[in-house]
Amino acid sequence: MPVKRIEHPESIIPRQVGVAPGEVAEKGLLTLPGESEREVEDLAGASYLTTRVDTLVNWARGNSLWPLPFGTACCAIEFMSMVSSHYDIARFGAEVVRFSPRQADLLIVAGTIVDKIAPVLKKIYEQMPEPKYVISMGACACSGGFYRAYHVVQGIDEIIPVDIWVPGCPPTPEGLMYGILKLAEKIKRGEIKRG
Amino acid sequence: MSTLTKFSSIPYTGPAPTNRQPYVPVDAPAADARGAELKAELPESVAQEAGQDLPTLVVPKEDIVSVLGNLKSAGYNLPLDLWGVDYPRREQRFDVMYQLYSIDKNERVRLKVPVAEGEKVPTASGVFKGYDWYEREVFDMYGVRFDGHPNLRRILTHEMFQGHALRKDYDPGQRWLLSEKDISVLTPKVAPQFENVDTDFERVTLNLGPSHPATHGTLRIVVTLDGETIIGADTEIGYLHRCFEKMSETHTYQQVIPYTDRLNYCSAIINNVGYCLTVEKLLGIQAPERAQHIRLMLSEFMRIADHIICIGTNLVDMGALTNFWYLFQPREEILGLVESCCGARLLPSYLRIGGLALDAPADFLRNCQTLVDKLPKFIDEVERLVMRNRIFTDRVQGVGVISPADALSYGFTGPCLRACGIPFDVRKSNPYLGYETYDWQVPVAEGGDTYARFLVRFEEMRQSLRILQQAINRGLPAGPVMVDNPYVALPPKEKVYNEMESLIYHFKLIMHGIQPPVGETYFQVEGGNGEVGFYVVSDGTKNPYRVRVRPPCFPIFEAYAEMITGQTIPDAIAALGSLNIIAGELDH
Repeated sequence: MPVKRIEHPESIIPRQVGVAPGEVAEKGLLTLPGESEREVEDLAGASYLTTRVDTLVNWARGNSLWPLPFGTACCAIEFMSMVSSHYDIARFGAEVVRFSPRQADLLIVAGTIVDKIAPVLKKIYEQMPEPKYVISMGACACSGGFYRAYHVVQGIDEIIPVDIWVPGCPPTPEGLMYGILKLAEKIKRGEIKRG
Repeated sequence: MSTLTKFSSIPYTGPAPTNRQPYVPVDAPAADARGAELKAELPESVAQEAGQDLPTLVVPKEDIVSVLGNLKSAGYNLPLDLWGVDYPRREQRFDVMYQLYSIDKNERVRLKVPVAEGEKVPTASGVFKGYDWYEREVFDMYGVRFDGHPNLRRILTHEMFQGHALRKDYDPGQRWLLSEKDISVLTPKVAPQFENVDTDFERVTLNLGPSHPATHGTLRIVVTLDGETIIGADTEIGYLHRCFEKMSETHTYQQVIPYTDRLNYCSAIINNVGYCLTVEKLLGIQAPERAQHIRLMLSEFMRIADHIICIGTNLVDMGALTNFWYLFQPREEILGLVESCCGARLLPSYLRIGGLALDAPADFLRNCQTLVDKLPKFIDEVERLVMRNRIFTDRVQGVGVISPADALSYGFTGPCLRACGIPFDVRKSNPYLGYETYDWQVPVAEGGDTYARFLVRFEEMRQSLRILQQAINRGLPAGPVMVDNPYVALPPKEKVYNEMESLIYHFKLIMHGIQPPVGETYFQVEGGNGEVGFYVVSDGTKNPYRVRVRPPCFPIFEAYAEMITGQTIPDAIAALGSLNIIAGELDH
């Protein structure tokens, strides 16, 4: 589809009023999810601007997640594969790995959580600023995996809320990437509202 | 590859294993003779247990310290392991087991100390430094107390844990919860040489971990700082205690294989090899040559992948990110090779007791050759980048030093021991999978510092490539990859559908599992970090009675607190990376 001329060049979201964004927007830059044609018509009046900021902020958040890898076990090695050269999560804007919970907004729990480290995980989650998202990576973090044992937490949702579960033991880097993309979609749709 | 090539066409004609038949090791006569010699040199009260795979002595608990001292002066100076076994029906319910190794004689000896409930064993941490943590582990898991132990508290489980998990009457699923307020505060003791030193600095206690970028997993290090100098350090482990040993007791022999994968998850196949060889030794079978050859080749590739992770992440901790990105490329290709064999990347569970799950693909050797041609370039370039780099060498030379005597006393094995100048490698001393037929050398470095450990790891990758090139040149032996024994290997699906006998074998094996003869055995392989040993006790049923893994990281991390005392935090980080502590293995 040919890209139409931008109506308002000074605006960061150039578009024609009353037209769905995908139709006028430059490809790859301005696809704001969650806005159907009907919505645009409804919102073309006074309340339009507020929604637009929300959507814009969600769009930005979804595309620049700063992960904190809480890596305890085998999954952490696959996380390392995902951030390193071959798979390269930088393509999806989530490559700024932070080890301080104060600087991160995505907690990736990679590996088995045992009872001894459970309070630490909870504390780290609490230290993260809002908005914060959690990916539970691998069978152990999701459900305890095949460690149905005396020292293993049977799923991290016993302790903290989880947004995305990634199955696998360990999940392949592609699997984790898919999880991050799904989370980004969820954020952009505005489904995750916390704090 | 078809399923039919996996199995031999010649039907099995050997005897059926009768349940609860005693295990007779092949090397029992030699072990008994050596055990008798040792017994003659020790006090009267020491008895010998005949018919074991290693010289085995039963020592009363009062004499254990003097016996260990005698054996140490007789050359058994490497304390490999100390563990417990629980036999609840016996009057003296626990066996506390010791295993020592003599590098000069290339001999092992196993000691057993029977202990009743509530009895105390004198501590051996004065004889071998490494036994400090092992005794804490036995206390944690079995509740056996050690008299005179300097710091007898739980090590793997948390502070609020009740009971002792590896006792046979402990329910495997019984959990105890820990809340934040229950976590104990660790205050490291100030090392004696710093006690009375007065400086202008305030002393600060600092927690590194359990979630810290440099701990690569879950280790907790608490240091007391005087200015920038670490004057006291304490370490805490158990943040990844996944109950490997208890889980093994509740699963069948084949089902334990995925659990062994997750011990040292950087080189999973080597753990598989160790476990499978141990159970095969107990069963008295040997995998076909083709399977052994593939096992050897994948072990060496995994060793290279393990060292790549160690070197790469260690350099990341020191700020050299490029090498990490660069080295991960060939590592992905090694994992791709494993994936082509069995479909899984990191934790393949590719081995089975008696052989392999599947045959290697037709282009296996060609892919191996491509990788072997490609890898030296990566290794050489990274070595050129760092090893003569002034910024790097200044940070690693003379840092994290451990003396050869201390390394032995702690029970170091693998690259960390070889970096102290002691050429102990299980592949040379007790060859398995045919390592004795390959031309390669054990790399040894002097100094025992971080730099020496780097040197050893770089050279080991080259030696592994040498072995691999020879293995590729020999080609894969023809034949099946699974033993022809219906009591160990599942019959092919075609036969199960069409033959009554195969159907029965299949059913029996699925329902009743592999049932090895009654007995105990130990076997060791050279893992990425040192000797990975498995001690398996069978009571003739489908579940192992006891599986003990000798984790090479355990004594190495035990020594860490001593290694970093007197150094700075950045030095400690560099030293930690070079030790390659894998939490899964460390905490079982």
